Amino acid sequence: MTEFPWLTALIVLPLVGAAVVWALPGAARRRAREVALGFALVEVGLLVAAFTQFDVAQAWRHQLLETRPWIPQLGVSYAVGVDGLGLLLIALSVLLVPLVLLAAWREQGDDHGRARHYAALILVTAAFMVAVFAARDVFFFYLLFEAMLIPVYFLIGSFGGAHRRYAAIKFLLFSLLGGLIMLVAVIALYFVGPGGSDGFLVSSLTGLDIDASTEKWLFVGFFIAFAIKAPMWPVHTWLPDAASAAKPATAVLLVGVLDKVGTYGMIRFCLQLFPEASAWATPVVITLAVISILYGAMLAIAQTDFMRLIAFTSVSHFGFIVLGIFAMTSVGGGGAALYMVNHGFSTAALFLIVGMLIYRNYGSQQIGDFGGWQRITPGVAGVFLVACLSALSLPGLSTFVSEFLVFVGTYQRYPVAALVALPAVVLASIYALWMYKRSMTGPRPDLGRFVPDLSLREKVVVAPLIIALLGLGFFPKLALDVIDPAVQQTLTHVDVEDVSAPQATSGSER
Amino acid sequence: MILVNSVLTGAVLTGLPTATPSTFETPDVNWAALSPMLIVMGAGLIGMLFEAFLPRGRRHSAQVILAAAGIVVAFVALVVLAVDNRTVTMGGSVVIDGMSLFLIGALLLFGLLGVLTFAEKFGDDRPDAFTPMGASVPGSSYEAAVARAGLATSEVFPLALISLSGMMMFVSAGDLITMFVALEVLSLPLYVLVGLARRRRLLSQEASLKYFLLGAFASAFFLFGAALLYGYAGTTDLAGIAAAIGSPPPGMEPLLIPAILLVLVGLLFKVGAVPFHSWTPDAYQGAPTPVTGFMAAATKAAAFGAMLRFLYVGVESARWDYRYGVAAIAVLTMVVGAVVSVSQTDVKRLLAYSSVAHAGFILVGVLAFSTLGLRGVLFYALAYGLTTIAAFAVVSTVRQNDSEATNLSQWAGLGQRHPVVAGTFAFLLLAFTGIPLTSGFTAKFAAFAPAVESGTLGTVLVVIGVLASAVTAFVYVRIIVLMYFSDTPTDGVTVAEASPLTTAAIAVGTAATLILGVIPGPVLELAERASELLR
Repeated sequence: MTEFPWLTALIVLPLVGAAVVWALPGAARRRAREVALGFALVEVGLLVAAFTQFDVAQAWRHQLLETRPWIPQLGVSYAVGVDGLGLLLIALSVLLVPLVLLAAWREQGDDHGRARHYAALILVTAAFMVAVFAARDVFFFYLLFEAMLIPVYFLIGSFGGAHRRYAAIKFLLFSLLGGLIMLVAVIALYFVGPGGSDGFLVSSLTGLDIDASTEKWLFVGFFIAFAIKAPMWPVHTWLPDAASAAKPATAVLLVGVLDKVGTYGMIRFCLQLFPEASAWATPVVITLAVISILYGAMLAIAQTDFMRLIAFTSVSHFGFIVLGIFAMTSVGGGGAALYMVNHGFSTAALFLIVGMLIYRNYGSQQIGDFGGWQRITPGVAGVFLVACLSALSLPGLSTFVSEFLVFVGTYQRYPVAALVALPAVVLASIYALWMYKRSMTGPRPDLGRFVPDLSLREKVVVAPLIIALLGLGFFPKLALDVIDPAVQQTLTHVDVEDVSAPQATSGSER
Repeated sequence: MILVNSVLTGAVLTGLPTATPSTFETPDVNWAALSPMLIVMGAGLIGMLFEAFLPRGRRHSAQVILAAAGIVVAFVALVVLAVDNRTVTMGGSVVIDGMSLFLIGALLLFGLLGVLTFAEKFGDDRPDAFTPMGASVPGSSYEAAVARAGLATSEVFPLALISLSGMMMFVSAGDLITMFVALEVLSLPLYVLVGLARRRRLLSQEASLKYFLLGAFASAFFLFGAALLYGYAGTTDLAGIAAAIGSPPPGMEPLLIPAILLVLVGLLFKVGAVPFHSWTPDAYQGAPTPVTGFMAAATKAAAFGAMLRFLYVGVESARWDYRYGVAAIAVLTMVVGAVVSVSQTDVKRLLAYSSVAHAGFILVGVLAFSTLGLRGVLFYALAYGLTTIAAFAVVSTVRQNDSEATNLSQWAGLGQRHPVVAGTFAFLLLAFTGIPLTSGFTAKFAAFAPAVESGTLGTVLVVIGVLASAVTAFVYVRIIVLMYFSDTPTDGVTVAEASPLTTAAIAVGTAATLILGVIPGPVLELAERASELLR
């Protein structure tokens, strides 16, 4: 335990950055964005260094561990550590932060005061994102799960669009309600566990012999919170409002990373801590996931607002992730975990590129206000097309791999669910390509002004995202090698017989 | 078997008092254990002499110094003398045990912060919150003359001290008579304090009268219940009552439950539980804001202390007979407090209803009937009190046209004009909401966890509690929205330049709210060690 505390450093550095940005004296405030970006880049460097300390061969094991008593009176420890899945999600978060800061460079115009707050809040959110994926103590996780709502709430409410107040309150109340229900389950979990001064450690709560009905209640308490966060139909309604009222950069963090806490929580807590109850709830969860997939895709088609459209596609994609998780096959689980990472990059590309379009069109988010823009901004149109194709999971892009794996993994155990969800592939083509068609193709619009194409800053923002989408599309093994062991480890907790060959006869395994 | 309160450790049973002793025995008095109480009460009495003999010009500063010094000395006495003298003294009337020591410490802290806010002048030549002459008719020429003459009500300080000493006695009362006397000693000065607001005096006087009348009713209920318990047990001593419940006197059983419920009515009134809460919004709104803060923090802590002792020491073994009744009151309190606060437009009324909801949350912890429950309640009372005093102190600084801007619409856009004040208030509101990393969350956790442990009833209460929390979250978040996300700040609303006294009170309350949220370990440890009741 004498080695360098990598994860703590990753958590503390953005907080220091935020404090520095807030404390900048008068004249230096115009440099707030540069300072924030500097901290975000140092954080990336730190992440790379942490990666070198992580033994990929043993990715199923939690590494970079740190455990200290925090509130022993309540059984709470400060315990962090990551397995392959946690590390990849942290990597996703850390990589997106500088891109997001860079993309939001001009959003606040010349108002340096607001730009400073914005950058600092993003850094605070970054710290919470790292911590929440690293937490190995249920109480600590819960604490972060709730506390991270506050900076995001201010990001939406202070900087968003016309409906930001409504959206911010709705976001906070939905999440808080889910969290409070989870709180009851968190408390009750402690009392069924071994207790003591470190009774909230995930490791001491795994593999408990819990009374069946208690376990079901605990599962439900956790699952509701994660389903709201993820978000699943029918508790998804806050997401389109929040995403469309938020700035694109905020939306990236919200949809791309924060919502992953929901699906991550399902794997880490629902499946790992309550295996029997998870198996019990699977039919309901799978049904909800399939509804989310189709419902989200259909509503996405009908949207006229860019941001709402992307939000609904995410509802659909989160349905896929949940489907993969609860299929409880190693293929499906690995696909779902990879999906979480890919979706982060894909959504980030969509939101940020749409943000560039919105900025060029004086803040209008309506798809109808565009049209023919391919002829004035060919560069933006090109990268937008790539982003759209990643949303519809074109082969060659990373999202294809994960969606394919989820389908295969689900079909092994629940062929009906997989078949019912399949039309979503077609629906995805409709919403993605139709969005592109409506905004980009057509005759050259007469705007009566010069609209610049991709600037260098914007190219720097988009390039890493597209590289990630293509790279993981052609070499998914890079990520799967890290993810799969972690997922399989979880499945061993669930103790469900893995399906490796097409032998399962549907519905008869229990 | 029923007699043994296995959950409560450190039980020392004093013998049942026999029938009226033939000769008078001088009760054994442990002066060291009583010293904090006596010091505060003595300071209050000296303060009254100051009123009579000091020249008008010097009274204010003399009273402030006396009150603050008295409280600090009492705190020192608590730490140095009383801690090592945990005992039942005064013939069983006063019990200095872990719980009373913890709460006396908390009350002294509240008292000190309260005195600091009482003394605020906002650059004027007299205390800002209090009328120059409580006896003058509002709007009369007499009132104007009094104001011209430069009078000031510096007697608020001795009143607060007397009330504080009553509260300290209330939490350590070992029999029902002492408890009743303490109840009156703490209440009567509060009734006067509530009526002394400088502005909106009619509202203040109305609040005072309401509080007094309803409080008198509650006291009567308490006394009636105490009388019935005496009839049942033949003693007013709490330990004696517990023993009597163990071996019920023949023919008296029907008295027990009505008696317990009547005593509880008196106590529930003081904590502001529904349906005995109707005084809360009026008194909180009408009272001078510093008084509201002090009252909200200290009365609640004191009343919960007395309730804990009555329930845990006195009638714990009969709890199966009344716990559903108290649980129903807890549910009502949480739900009504939360739901009604949604429609409030006045900050002080809103915080009043929020205090009702918080009383419900604390009741959930009380109903756990365990050492952990005791710890949770103690921690909650301390954390809530510190946050509340700071919150009301902030409210007193936000002004329009030289009077407090308590209407919510006046708070719009405050975050842009006064980021520090708005930020502090937003943080305190997040603590009321129970967001992690604030004391509100730790407190809620500490109170709810033992309730979940206690069984199904407790779990149901906790579920209702968290749902009510979600409702209250809407209320607080709405204020944050008003302060921060509103484009059009209200004209003329400013933040008054607070003196170091109020600033200190706000700073201490806010810092405590943060510290008890981030590193609550030491205080939880203290509360845990304090979770023992002597009898």
